[in-house]
Amino acid sequence: MQSEDRSLASQADTMVTVVLPRALLRLFPDAPCEVSVQARTVGEMIAALDARWPGMRDRLQDSTPAVRRHINVFVDGRRAKLETVLEDGLKVYVLTAISGG
Amino acid sequence: MTRVLVLVGTKKGTFILKSDAGRRDWSLSGPFCATWPIQHAIGDRATGAIYAAGGDTWFGPAVWKSTDLGETWTHSSEGLAYAEGEEPIKAVWSLAPGDGALYAGVEPAGLFKSTDGGTTWSHVAGLRAHPSRPEWNPGGAGLILHHIVPHPHDPAKLWVGISAAGVFYTEDGGETWEPRNRGTRADYNPEDQRYPEFGQCVHSLALAPGGGERLYQQNHCGMYRSDDGGRQWASIEAGLPSTFGFPSAAHPRDAGTLFLLPLNGDIKGRYMPDAQAAVWRTRDGGGSWTDLRKGLPQEHAYFGVLRQALATDRLEPAGVYFGTSGGALFASADEGESWAPLAQHLPQISSVETLVIEA
Repeated sequence: MQSEDRSLASQADTMVTVVLPRALLRLFPDAPCEVSVQARTVGEMIAALDARWPGMRDRLQDSTPAVRRHINVFVDGRRAKLETVLEDGLKVYVLTAISGG
Repeated sequence: MTRVLVLVGTKKGTFILKSDAGRRDWSLSGPFCATWPIQHAIGDRATGAIYAAGGDTWFGPAVWKSTDLGETWTHSSEGLAYAEGEEPIKAVWSLAPGDGALYAGVEPAGLFKSTDGGTTWSHVAGLRAHPSRPEWNPGGAGLILHHIVPHPHDPAKLWVGISAAGVFYTEDGGETWEPRNRGTRADYNPEDQRYPEFGQCVHSLALAPGGGERLYQQNHCGMYRSDDGGRQWASIEAGLPSTFGFPSAAHPRDAGTLFLLPLNGDIKGRYMPDAQAAVWRTRDGGGSWTDLRKGLPQEHAYFGVLRQALATDRLEPAGVYFGTSGGALFASADEGESWAPLAQHLPQISSVETLVIEA
């Protein structure tokens, strides 16, 4: 655990660019489609988004807590979880999954 | 000037129809709420605010709010969540204002309360703490709390309807609850278990006007009335074309008058009996029923009407409105005597409510 803590601490100033889906932007008209946030994990990234646009966390993650079932967060081309660690300079894509009726 | 609003919750957003007291000419606007599936849209007479409850497949549950009669909307779900590790809330199914607060019923079944106009929510945890809760089973639409009936003058008292757990009642502001299902059937249970303490499939609850505790209940298995706040229910289904239906709507002033939309039956397709549309009305508390058909389609009417999709307004004579699974909205300005369509091609209609304001 100690080494993991050190590893996270070293990423304290990790900056990522988040690309938000258009359907989400309809709910938060002030949010841009791309935004830079400081976050070491996907969970922190969502928290940072929520701090700027209150309520956004509830739209992207449920109370499990987990990324919502029909929301995809892609990090390095892979579907990520809240605990997925981010690296400095990454572009994180938040996408609405196929869903509907 | 009196303005009449009909608030329509649909599978693809909220729609609003506006008219004056004559209720002849209507304007329609929408869809609002980002075309989210909306289960229930209501108007709060005390404040003039409009609320719309739903749950989006992508973005989860929320309650939308408009304070300018639908021109602009905000949404919130702050506090609208169960504890970590519990099954998350899928959607908000029902809303009711009461004594300055706003209540929300959700799926999986539970009750929330807001005292700041829907900005933040707190869980009324006593309901899910009821010892019967592990045995609550979902109905066809899920384990949903779909009707909330605040007591007419005592803010500590409240009834809720849960499919398929039945009617529950609190008189201490939600701390403790008791089932109130005596006399209502569960035909889907084994023969010797048809009248359980809970587990009935209530479809809708309507409080009669006048300040008393008369309730009406359309159930999956029968139509009922209680004159003592649900302690005992009695069947009032004699004279109806079917024991099965979803919505019920009370008259604004007459406790003996109720409107219903019976469907043909739970295993027969759940559409209008004989594919001919009719609203059924009693004037004597369910002792007798009259079918009201003038202006409604009398052939090929294979639509259903969902549990919150029938409403009255508070004008004289009372207006009656219902929305169909096929997206048609019908209205009567004469207590059901004659009908006309207000819209024919909306998305599937989940709910219909009215708001009458002076503006």
